[in-house]
Amino acid sequence: MKDLITREYQTVTGIAGPLLFVEKLKKASLGEMVEILLATGESRRGQVIELSEQHTVIQVLEETTGLGVTGTRVRLTESAAMMDLSPDLLGRRFNGAAVPIDGLPPIIPDTRMDIIGQPMNPVARDKPSYFIQTGISTIDGLNTLVRGQKLPIFSGAGLPAKELAAQILRQAMVREEHGTGQQAFAIVFAAMGITFREASFFLGEFERGGVMEHAVVFLNLADDPTIERLLTPRYALTAAEYLAFTLGRHVLVILTDMAAYCEALRQIATAREEIPGRRGYPGYMYSDLASIYERAGRIKGRAGSITQLPIVTMPDDDITHPIPDLTGYITEGQIVLSRELHRKGIFPPIDVLPCLSRLMNLGIGPGKTRDDHRAVADQLYAFYAHGRDIRRLAAIVGEDGLNDSDKRFLKLAQDFEQEFVNQGAHNREIEETLNLGWQFLRYLPKEQLTRVKPELIERYYGA
Amino acid sequence: MSGTIIKISGPTVVARGMEQTRMFNRVAVGKTGLLGEVIRLRGGEATIQVYEDTTGLTLGEEVADAGEPLQAELGPGLLGSIFDGVQRPLNVMAAQQGDWIARGLTLPALSRERRWTFTPTIRPGTAVVGGMSVGITQETVKVEHRILVPPGLSGTVREILEGTFTINEPIAWLDGDRSLTMLQRWPVRSPRPVAERLPPVVPIITGQRVLDMLFPIASGGTVIVPGGFGTGKTVVEQALAKYAQTDIIIYIGCGERGNEMTEVLTEFPHLKDPTTGLPLMARTVLVINTSNMPVAARETSIYTGITMAEYYRDMGYAVALMADSTSRWAEATREISARLEEMPGEEGYPTYLATKLAGFYERGGRVRCLGQTDRQGSVTIVSAISPPGGDFSEPVTQSSMQVAGGLWALDSDLAHRRHYPAINWKRSFSLYTTLLDSWFQTQVAPDWPQLRSELAALLQKEEELQEIVQLVGVDALQDQERIVLEVSRLIREEYLRQSAFSEIDAACPLAKQYWMLKAQLEFLRYCQGLIKMGRPIEQLIASPFKTELERMKETLPDTCVQQAQTMVEKMEQELGGVKRET
Ligand SMILES: Nc1ncnc2c1ncn2[C@@H]1O[C@H](COP(=O)(O)OP(=O)(O)OP(=O)(O)O)[C@@H](O)[C@H]1O
Ligand SMILES: [Mg+2]
Repeated sequence: MKDLITREYQTVTGIAGPLLFVEKLKKASLGEMVEILLATGESRRGQVIELSEQHTVIQVLEETTGLGVTGTRVRLTESAAMMDLSPDLLGRRFNGAAVPIDGLPPIIPDTRMDIIGQPMNPVARDKPSYFIQTGISTIDGLNTLVRGQKLPIFSGAGLPAKELAAQILRQAMVREEHGTGQQAFAIVFAAMGITFREASFFLGEFERGGVMEHAVVFLNLADDPTIERLLTPRYALTAAEYLAFTLGRHVLVILTDMAAYCEALRQIATAREEIPGRRGYPGYMYSDLASIYERAGRIKGRAGSITQLPIVTMPDDDITHPIPDLTGYITEGQIVLSRELHRKGIFPPIDVLPCLSRLMNLGIGPGKTRDDHRAVADQLYAFYAHGRDIRRLAAIVGEDGLNDSDKRFLKLAQDFEQEFVNQGAHNREIEETLNLGWQFLRYLPKEQLTRVKPELIERYYGA
Repeated sequence: MSGTIIKISGPTVVARGMEQTRMFNRVAVGKTGLLGEVIRLRGGEATIQVYEDTTGLTLGEEVADAGEPLQAELGPGLLGSIFDGVQRPLNVMAAQQGDWIARGLTLPALSRERRWTFTPTIRPGTAVVGGMSVGITQETVKVEHRILVPPGLSGTVREILEGTFTINEPIAWLDGDRSLTMLQRWPVRSPRPVAERLPPVVPIITGQRVLDMLFPIASGGTVIVPGGFGTGKTVVEQALAKYAQTDIIIYIGCGERGNEMTEVLTEFPHLKDPTTGLPLMARTVLVINTSNMPVAARETSIYTGITMAEYYRDMGYAVALMADSTSRWAEATREISARLEEMPGEEGYPTYLATKLAGFYERGGRVRCLGQTDRQGSVTIVSAISPPGGDFSEPVTQSSMQVAGGLWALDSDLAHRRHYPAINWKRSFSLYTTLLDSWFQTQVAPDWPQLRSELAALLQKEEELQEIVQLVGVDALQDQERIVLEVSRLIREEYLRQSAFSEIDAACPLAKQYWMLKAQLEFLRYCQGLIKMGRPIEQLIASPFKTELERMKETLPDTCVQQAQTMVEKMEQELGGVKRET
């Protein structure tokens, strides 16, 4: 046993924002967790983020209120941030630093893992290829989600991202159990900076859906320490990796809200006086976000999978803002919510044009969904995009200035939004979604379906 | 020789006691021996960028200098391999360490056990210089690997062997007892020398209509592919890696997605080389440093890749290098520059960004090879760029544009409509078109350049007409103008649009490219002629020719060419007939 006394330091020389500067802390290692002991006997957690002969920089994961250069002691733990793991995780609730908040005792670990994780060797990855039926037409039909994918929801303040996420969770569970005979998804839920009300909404959903026993919940709420948020998704993904790759579960991970996570990242960068990249966010935000989002996927020879559904609130509804922008550059597509559709009362208000699922082709087609899936999606996209152009045109020249064909497209765009997109709480099977898609393709004569093969038109278009 | 760590900040480490080291020397950092590279020297203090995660390092740990720069291994066995950014073989790593990349593993890039059959191509007594080949070994079913005298070395061959050898065993001796092996090393940051640089004259056929017809790329050229997220950069890069008619492909996944690389890894071994029908991996080297792998190794991956490209170029091959994405490399540079507390330039990038980028692109080109002047090789660079917010005015796009010979601009609006490849024909350009005209004229058809001009003019005309329609509606147009809109829409949909997922149309041979466009443009002339003679436009829009044109791209190449030829004849006849009648 090491003598604890030699591991305690009283050489704090400065505090700036969430950072603590300590001299002569030479024994520390990068990423090591430390305990910060106040004169009052209170203790807070911190992590070493830089080391030099002059001083060591510690990011304080909790409030810095009450910390001073005198009377504060720093104790090294000789350990990076680790997490205790066992199958008992399921059904448990933790704070943003993986401390239980459900009144139950701590997890008795089967194993412990470093929460930073290691990059998956690209050659060990297995190709995602199983369709997840979310029951949402705009996703299943047009932007299909597959197991092992990371597909964020880009939302705006006040848009119903959480309702959509909850509906996806609920419905994805159903099909998995009854449709494929697979074991139900395990859910890992990580809240970062969201309100108590939003968090309760999700928890209520889990209770109602009876899935709480399959869920692991991490809560860092809006009034919880900001910097702790930097660790929350990492604890959550460590739990997810354990469930998926040690226990063989299919795991759905909800991370909300990634915008709050990025704000915490910016705070640290500002406190360190780093040279900012675009709009004040650190230049390494891409790599940092990648270290979270890339922890999704499948591994050859292992049973489970990790599918991520991060929620990203776009500041000012601006998709070019660095937070959604860098996210989109890392994730395998995005689901984009629209304020305009929301105002029209459409739920879910998904604007399909900027949506994308890059892994869609791996999860659809004969044997997985249906042979016409790709074609229906492509053709609907082409028609709806054209319909939107006509709508813009009609706003200028008036509807009377449109010819018959234009009018059809105009109506198609309208009805598509009202019926295909606007499905409310209804859970649609994929066949229902595709059939509904054909209903809109029939707005136009067969000859105009140039993105659909004649055989498929023959089979599905009808007389 | 070794120093001591005095500072640790993210992927950079400072060590004292490093007086003897040199810039860009390779070092082993700390107890676990993390791989690093010296990037700054101040007195005896060396700043080191570490290619592996630095978590857990402490002050006072040792830094051991390898006494030489980071070098790529060059020799048989590269093809078909999958390396990380610092050329560690990922397959071997997975076999040794499991599914996650652990730290501190040093591995040679090339197998030391594998034996290669070496056949000399020169006799003892021959005087050789750097770059000359002394023999060959069949590296893959497709590629004959020429064993070159390393640049800078020369002499008379005293003895040369024949037989099977590992890459470490001598296969020849020069006078003065200097031995040659099939393995050579080269510092990745230095370009390999050439005899002479040559202007490009031959295209690389990509099989993508919009590219080959409108914005062709020359063998030895440089093209950049900027576009916002999800616009299709990776699909273009992968399509080229699959279908481009070239000898060797170096594919660098630089700071991008793991799952994307998995697709490449599972797909490529089953795909066939379009020219030879041999397995695609037999001409391919993959360098994969995904976004979550260490950022310093990402910075190096580009150099590792281009060094291997130059090596095959020196054997006289046409090499195409795909870099996806150069922006991630530039960001890695920015991250490291920030750790060095260098004065930042625009958007926080180091002020030398443009110079560094140009230095990389300059390593492309068509050349007369060193030491063997009858031999020509080329390195073609296709570089994806990920501009923040899709805005091309940012430093990486702008600096790259200044040196690139071609721009394939990807467009979010086209991508949202699922018009793929989402190449914006207004913004894109190729400086190689006129250089390559005579090649297309002799190899495909004399009027190839003319078709291209007609297509460009038509798209321009369509844009002007669209502006009118936006203001006053389509009814304001004459039939002659409406037919232009109809046919240009047809061409956009059926010619420019090309799905990478189509079994038949993913790659389109040149003859098919030519005849499809020929028939489509001929159809416009045909309609215009008939309208002039009073034929109602509705009838022409419903023409069976049009329906046939709309199904053409999903037809097998030979059938398509025949069909188009027949159609062109019929349209000419019919038009001629009507003309005589009136
Ligand atoms: N030529 C094509 N044919 C069919 N689909 C395409 C084509 N090009 C792009 N796509 C579609 O667009 C999606 C996104 O393309 P891709 O992954 O190449 O984008 P990207 O520009 O590389 O994005 P990022 O910068 O985020 O990596 C693909 O998954 C595919 O669905
Ligand atoms: Mg890409």
